[in-house]
Amino acid sequence: MSAQLLLKLVILSNPSVLCVVRGAMERLTEIFGFNPPECRSITRAVDEALTNVMRHSYGGRVDRLIEMEIRRIPGRAAANRGDGLEILLLDRGPAINPAKLRGRELDDIKPGGLGLHFIRQSMDTVVFKRMGKANQLRLVKYLQMPKEV
Amino acid sequence: MQISVRRIDTTAILDISGDIDLAHSPEVRKALLREIRESRTPRVVMNLSKVRYIDSSGVASLVEGLKASREAGSRFILFGLSTSAREVLQLSRLLKIFEVYDLEEQALAP
Repeated sequence: MSAQLLLKLVILSNPSVLCVVRGAMERLTEIFGFNPPECRSITRAVDEALTNVMRHSYGGRVDRLIEMEIRRIPGRAAANRGDGLEILLLDRGPAINPAKLRGRELDDIKPGGLGLHFIRQSMDTVVFKRMGKANQLRLVKYLQMPKEV
Repeated sequence: MQISVRRIDTTAILDISGDIDLAHSPEVRKALLREIRESRTPRVVMNLSKVRYIDSSGVASLVEGLKASREAGSRFILFGLSTSAREVLQLSRLLKIFEVYDLEEQALAP
């Protein structure tokens, strides 16, 4: 089975749109087959990723575009992984410095620096890539294969 | 996002409804810091029972509130956390740092 496109969105980099995307992700993850805690954490990861694009890639501008493509990708039985939900986010901001992609230490209690931590906590795959003049973030979360009895 | 303030003796209760995300965390931060720093309210309680979602910017606002309250020598209390809000504070290892209750009566107890 090849990848199957489920949803394609183009949104403005306006934070008021985040709740709309969260609503879509909550429903999509549910019908995809994730359990409630997974649905919440995937929704959170996407929300945080979009927030990072809005704040850092686009510097708070609300008139830029962010593209999202969400696909079902095949799992790997050998790795005990069911199908995966792949989320691609594309923005046309400046190139990201990978060295700066670090969440803060959690023991250091201060505001900020948690977004990346939430993303990495939630998703099985988190990959940043520069593609031409765009930044791409690839997030994947796999369904757990049911254990054989 | 709606924020209203009730006052009982030396306590201010911030009733918040809506999601605390990038769109709304600045308002929450502003209301919180105004209460702690400008009004110098001895006890500031945040009613989060109508808040379904908090993102990392919302958590940052709460952390700022906590730090400001420590500097001001006031108490800063949260109550009514949703499952999602509780998860977010747990993931940030902040749940034990805040004074958190389930119910308003518990938050207002002397």
